[in-house]
Amino acid sequence: MKTMINLTVNGTKHEAAVEPNRTLVDFLRYDLELTGTKKGCDMGECGSCTVILNGKPVNSCLVLAVQANGSEIMTIEGLKTAEGLHPLQKAFVEKGAIQCGFCSPGMILAANNLLQKTPTPTEEEIRTALSGNLCRCTGYQKIIEAVMSVDKQDIP
Amino acid sequence: MTTYSTVNSRAPRLDAPDKATGSAVYIDDIRLPGMLFGAMLHSPLAHAKILNIDTRGAKRLSGVKSVVTYEDTGLIKYGVSPARYDELLFCDGKVRYVGDEVAAVAAVDLETAVEALSLINVEYEELPAVLTMEEALAEGAPLVHDEYQRNIGAEVHHEFGDVESALAQCDLVRTDTFRSKRQDAAFIEPQGCIADYDGRGYLTLRSSTQTPHYVQRTIAMVLGLPIGKVRVVKPYVGGGFGPKAAANAMEMAACLMSMKTGKPVKMGFTREEVFLHSRARHQFVHTLTTGVKKDGTIVALKNECYLEGGAYTSFGIATIYYAGSLLGGPYRLQNMKYDGYRVYTNKPACGAQRGHGGVIARAAWEQQLDRIAEEIGMDPVELRLKNMMEAGDVSCNELKMNSLGMRECIEAVRDGSGWKEKKGRLPKGKGIGMACGFFVSGAGFPIYRSDTYHATVSIHVSEDGGTVHVYTASAEIGQGSDTAFAMIAAETIGIPLDSVMISSGDTEFGIDLGAYSSRQTLMTGHATKEAAVDVRNQILAVMARELKVDISELDIKDGLIVFKHGGVDFSRLRARYIREHRGWQGIARGNDPLTFQEAARIAYLARGTIIGRGKYKPAELGGSHKGAAVGTSPAYGCSAQVVEVSVDMETGRITVEKMTDAHDCGFAINRTSVEGQMQGSLSMGLGEALYEEVKFDEKGRILNPNLGEYKIPTSLDMPNVNPIIVESHEPYGPFGAKEVGEGAIMPTIPAILNAVYDATGIRFQELPLTPERVFMALRAKKQKP
Ligand code: FES
Ligand code: FES
Repeated sequence: MKTMINLTVNGTKHEAAVEPNRTLVDFLRYDLELTGTKKGCDMGECGSCTVILNGKPVNSCLVLAVQANGSEIMTIEGLKTAEGLHPLQKAFVEKGAIQCGFCSPGMILAANNLLQKTPTPTEEEIRTALSGNLCRCTGYQKIIEAVMSVDKQDIP
Repeated sequence: MTTYSTVNSRAPRLDAPDKATGSAVYIDDIRLPGMLFGAMLHSPLAHAKILNIDTRGAKRLSGVKSVVTYEDTGLIKYGVSPARYDELLFCDGKVRYVGDEVAAVAAVDLETAVEALSLINVEYEELPAVLTMEEALAEGAPLVHDEYQRNIGAEVHHEFGDVESALAQCDLVRTDTFRSKRQDAAFIEPQGCIADYDGRGYLTLRSSTQTPHYVQRTIAMVLGLPIGKVRVVKPYVGGGFGPKAAANAMEMAACLMSMKTGKPVKMGFTREEVFLHSRARHQFVHTLTTGVKKDGTIVALKNECYLEGGAYTSFGIATIYYAGSLLGGPYRLQNMKYDGYRVYTNKPACGAQRGHGGVIARAAWEQQLDRIAEEIGMDPVELRLKNMMEAGDVSCNELKMNSLGMRECIEAVRDGSGWKEKKGRLPKGKGIGMACGFFVSGAGFPIYRSDTYHATVSIHVSEDGGTVHVYTASAEIGQGSDTAFAMIAAETIGIPLDSVMISSGDTEFGIDLGAYSSRQTLMTGHATKEAAVDVRNQILAVMARELKVDISELDIKDGLIVFKHGGVDFSRLRARYIREHRGWQGIARGNDPLTFQEAARIAYLARGTIIGRGKYKPAELGGSHKGAAVGTSPAYGCSAQVVEVSVDMETGRITVEKMTDAHDCGFAINRTSVEGQMQGSLSMGLGEALYEEVKFDEKGRILNPNLGEYKIPTSLDMPNVNPIIVESHEPYGPFGAKEVGEGAIMPTIPAILNAVYDATGIRFQELPLTPERVFMALRAKKQKP
C-alpha cells in the first residue's frame, strides 16, 4: 500500500506516493531521477548515498522515504550555484580529490556540512567528519587538501 | 630540457566537474525504455550435485518475462585464460561454491524478479566440500573439478640459473613462510550492466567493466554471436582494481535474457554479490629461501607458492605466474627457482587485484630481506642499494630494464623520511621500516594468443577545425586515463587541452585491451601519440603545399601555426577562412598569427575529414621459457617506501603515522594523477596489511560480505603520504611514461611489517595485522623467559 509523502528536495516541493519500504536513496535516484546520489552498499556502511536531511548528513539508504515526509533535503544536485561549481566542488576538481568519483557526491555534501558548522576546520576535524564516507581510490589525502583549501569567504 | 605545454602539468581531470556535480553517468544511473530487471539465483551450498531444477513456479508469476538455466545456454565453457576455460554461464551438473550461478530471472521490476527466484525449486544432493588449501590438497579429498587431481588447477615450475649450488655457496641462507588472506577489492560502485538486443540482432551491453574488449569477445563466444554484432560500452566506472577486468556471469545472463525477450535487461550486484563474484586477491602462502653473501649480495631465491583460488580459475593462470616472475626484479639475482600451485576450493573464485600476483610475494620477500640485513649487520637501505638493478640490466627471467629509477627512489625515501636519524633510534612502540617494489607496465601479450594490436586510437578533427576528438576503446575507471590521453593528444598536436574531446570505453572506437596490468598510459598513450602525430602531419602537409614552404619550416604550438623562420604570407588562407565565417566573432584577423583552427579547416577543405590513426603493439619481448608471457612487459615501474608506525603495546593496535613513497613512473603525464595513484595504492596496501580478510564459516558462506565487517581504511586510518615522483624517462613509453597504478602498492605491506618489527621486535608471518593478532604476539613475547 503506497503512502503519500510531501518533501522538499533542493528547494523544489515534491508530492509522491511511495511504498512503505522504499528507501530514500531509491526514491531520490529512481523516482525523482536525482542520480547524483550514489548507492555503494545499501547498508549504511559506505556513505556514498549521503544527503543532507534537515541540515544533517544522513545515509539515505538507511532512511525510508516515508520517514522523510515533511523534510527538507539537499542532494549533490542542489549544491551547484547559478555561478557554476560550488567552491567546494571547484576545490575537489582542482586538487585532484576525484578519481572514480563514486564517493564524491557524498563526500562533498559531508564536507559542505562540516564547513557550514565549522568554517575553518582542522585536518583532524575534517578527517573525523568524513570518516563515514569511504573512498577506495584516493587515500583521502587530496580530499582533505581540497576541503582545507576552501576559503570560507567563498562559501555561499 | 624539453619544455611542455600540457603534459607533466597538474591539469585538472576532464571528468572531475561532472563527477563533482553528480551529473557523471554510471551504470546504475541509466534507464532505458521498457527495461526489465534481472536477478540471479545462487547456490546455497558449497558443493552439491544438482538433481533437478523446477522453474515452473517462477515462470507463472505475473510480471516475469524470462527464466533461464543451463538448459537455455549452450554448454560453452569460458574463463579468462583460454588455457583454463572452466566455467559455464549456469551450473549444469553441480555447484561448486555458495553463490555459484544456477538460474536467472528477468521481470518488470526488481521485486518481482527477486520473488521469482524464491519460486525456483532446485533439488541438491550435498557433496563434501573443501574449504581450505590444506583440505583440498589432502589425500583423497573431494575434487572440485574431476579433471584436476588433488585440486591443483595449475602449476608452474621455473628455474633460472642453478639455485641449489648457488645456495651452497652462500654465507647466509634463510627460509621463511608467509601467509596472507583472501581479499576483496572493495571498490565503492558494485558492478552492474544493461543488455539491449535490438530487432536487427545487434547486442549492446553497457557494463561497469575495466575491459570492454575481453567482455565483448567472451559474450560473443558464449552466446554464439559474431563479434561484430556485440558492442560493449562502459559508462563511468566507480573503481575496479582488477575484479572488473573479466566478463562475469551477470553480464552474460543479462545478454541472454535480453535476446530472449527483445527488451533491455538491467542487472546489478548487491554488495554481498560483489564479495561472491568479484574475483579479487587470492590467498597466498609463500615459502621463500634466500641466500646471500656476507657483503649482502643476494645470490639465490627459492620461491614456493600455494594460491587458494576458489572454485574457478578466472585470472588465476596469470596470477600464479606473476607470483613467481615479479621477484625477478628489481634486484640483481642470478639464480631463481619457482614452484607455484593454484588450488581449487569450494569457495568463490579469486582473480586479479591491484599488483596482480606480486603483492604478497613482494611482502614476504621484502620482510625476509629485512631480516637478512639485520643478521648480517647491514642497513636495510644499503642492502637494497647494493643489489638493485639499473637501466640496461636484464633479470635472470629475461625481464629487460630499459629504464629503472630504483636508486633515485631508494635515496629519495631515505632522505625524505629522515631514515638515518630515525632507524634504530625510535622509542619502544614506534618503528620505521622500508621496502621496495617492482611491477610491469602493461602485459606484453594479450590474454588470448594473438597478434592483435593492444590499442588502436583515432583522432577526428572537427570540420570547423576547432576541436579534435580522441576515440579510444580504453577504459577510464577512475585512474584518469581519459585525461592522460587528452593531454598526450594536446601536447603532440600542439593545441590547448580544452580543444581536445575524448570518448572512450566503447568497442566501436577500436581495439583496446583495457585497464589491467597497468598498461593504458604506456600502450594506449603510444597509440594516441601516433594518431596525434598523424593529425599534425596531415594538417601541416596541406599547409606546406598551400603556402609553398617546406614542411620542416612549420610547427604547431599552443594552438598556433609557427613558421620557424617567419616571413610567410598566409593572408590568402586567412581570407578564405574569414569568407566562410561572415558575421562570426572571435576569429583571428589581420596580423594575428595563423591558428590551428584555420589550418585544420583549410586541411579539411583540401582532403575531407582529417582523421589521425594510431596503434600500438609491443615490440618483440624477451623470454623463451614457458610462461614467459606473464611478467614480460615493454617497461617496468619501481618504487621505494618508508613507513612509520606506532603500536599500542597494551592493545596491539597499529597506527600508521607517516608514509614516504617514491615511484618511478618514467614520466608523469599528469602529476596530480600520479600522486593520486600512489596515495590510493598505499591506502589499499595499508588496508591489506592491517585489516582486510574475507572470512568464511564452516559451510563456505562468507561471514563478512559487507563494508562494515570487511574493513577498509577510512579517513582516520590513512595518514598523509609524501609522494615523490621519480622520472627515469622510459625509452619505450610515450613521452617516457610508464606505470604507477599498481606498482605503487608493492612496498606498502612489507614496509609496514618492517616498521612493526622495529617497534615491537616481532616478525609477523601472517596477515592481516589485526589488533588481536598483534596483541597475542605481544603477550606471547612477554611470557617468553
Ligand atoms: S549506500 Fe548508503 S551507506 Fe552505502
Ligand atoms: S574517488 Fe573512487 S571511491 Fe573515492
